[in-house]
Amino acid sequence: MTQKLTAVKVADGVYWVGAIDWEIRNFHGYLTSRGTTYNAFLIMAEKVTLIDAVKGPFFEELMARISSVIDPSKIDYIVSNHSEMDHSGCLPEVAAAVRPEKIFASQQGLKALGEHFHEGLDVVGVQDGQVLDLGNDKLSFFETRMCHWPDSMVSYLHGPEVLFSQDAFGMHLASAERFDDELDDRPMARELAKYYANILMPLAAPIKKALAKLTGSGLAFKLICPDHGPIWRSHFPRVLELYQRWAGSFRTRKAVVVYDTMWQSTRKMAEAIRDGLSSGGAKAVVMPLDSSHRSDVATEVLEAGALLVGSPTINNQMFPTVADVMCYLQGLRPAGLIGAAFGSYGWSGESTKLLSAALDAMKVEQVAEPVRVKYIPTAEDMEACRELGATVARRLAQAYPDRA
Amino acid sequence: MQKFVCDACGYIYDPEQGDPDNGVEPGTAFADVPADWVCPDCGVGKDEFSPA
Ligand SMILES: [Fe+2]
Ligand SMILES: [Fe+2]
Ligand SMILES: [Zn+2]
Repeated sequence: MTQKLTAVKVADGVYWVGAIDWEIRNFHGYLTSRGTTYNAFLIMAEKVTLIDAVKGPFFEELMARISSVIDPSKIDYIVSNHSEMDHSGCLPEVAAAVRPEKIFASQQGLKALGEHFHEGLDVVGVQDGQVLDLGNDKLSFFETRMCHWPDSMVSYLHGPEVLFSQDAFGMHLASAERFDDELDDRPMARELAKYYANILMPLAAPIKKALAKLTGSGLAFKLICPDHGPIWRSHFPRVLELYQRWAGSFRTRKAVVVYDTMWQSTRKMAEAIRDGLSSGGAKAVVMPLDSSHRSDVATEVLEAGALLVGSPTINNQMFPTVADVMCYLQGLRPAGLIGAAFGSYGWSGESTKLLSAALDAMKVEQVAEPVRVKYIPTAEDMEACRELGATVARRLAQAYPDRA
Repeated sequence: MQKFVCDACGYIYDPEQGDPDNGVEPGTAFADVPADWVCPDCGVGKDEFSPA
């Protein structure tokens, strides 16, 4: 039996025509445990308009879904809200198949698409706030620079009050259902946070500006259609609240303890630190790096108040897995964390110094000197680790008394 | 005072507003912005800015 790929009507005259990627687990280094979707939308106005394309290999899926509504050659306009290749990968093929009258992108999108596809694509740049007449409806464009890339913009369809928000408010979650209220809340909340943590965390300043622009626009939003994951029909107010909270670096009495170990000594230290954190009333999340993915560490750090990092010394360096996570976290620019470094060593013992410098580079306020243990922790060493955990817990209790 | 634009992302540094969230007072000319200041939107250094 061949599977029939059809469009899904999401509002009057608006169809989801995207692709479902059930298989992807590595999205440029982000562990997409539940797959993802590349959403694209077809507006059946007098000027038939396609909002965004999909990742290259899903070209045929996109075209099949469009064809279930209309002959693709009837599409007049294509709008590229975001030029990243998960949304533009097959744009040249779509343009060749459809031969649209025009392709629209932001001014930065015009540049970026040119730098992706070179001579291959004829694009018209639009201004912030520009309105495109679709005959019996209107589409407005709003620049949302750096949410996610310099080219990012969102489009708003006035008739049915639909916002096409590209990466904003999205998540990596493959599902047969298209709407938020058809899915389980918990995995959805988790994937929303994971997406924000891994894709949007460093962009707090532009996100605040974009949120102010949307909420201050006076427009009503009946439906929010992001480029990944479910369409928001019921829970958008909650999503907006979470975005405001995350862009404001909301933190809690949670401490993330990240470490790797060679001969179990740094692991024992992590365990003693966890003990100190827990007895001090902090919530401890322990993440051994031989089994924790960097993108899950980022998700835990999103609302954490503290970050404790442990590494043994190997060949005068910190452990490569720990260096990986520190490099990644520094790029995500979490603001307002406290923390500390710890680790065991055999003879040279550089790791804690290197970690302390890495925490400085992340602007993490270190609440104590690193705890450094030779070979195997003694009872006193374990006590020092417990005390470090307790110190962090006390600081968190002072900073966030009512955010357990 | 001369505004400067980030070549990477399009952020505009306006001396009249400065960047108070990152310790740059309103009224600071671009030349007087600390050398380790980075674009608040995309993180690139001062050397990637051009006169707007
Ligand atoms: Fe993106
Ligand atoms: Fe995307
Ligand atoms: Zn920039």
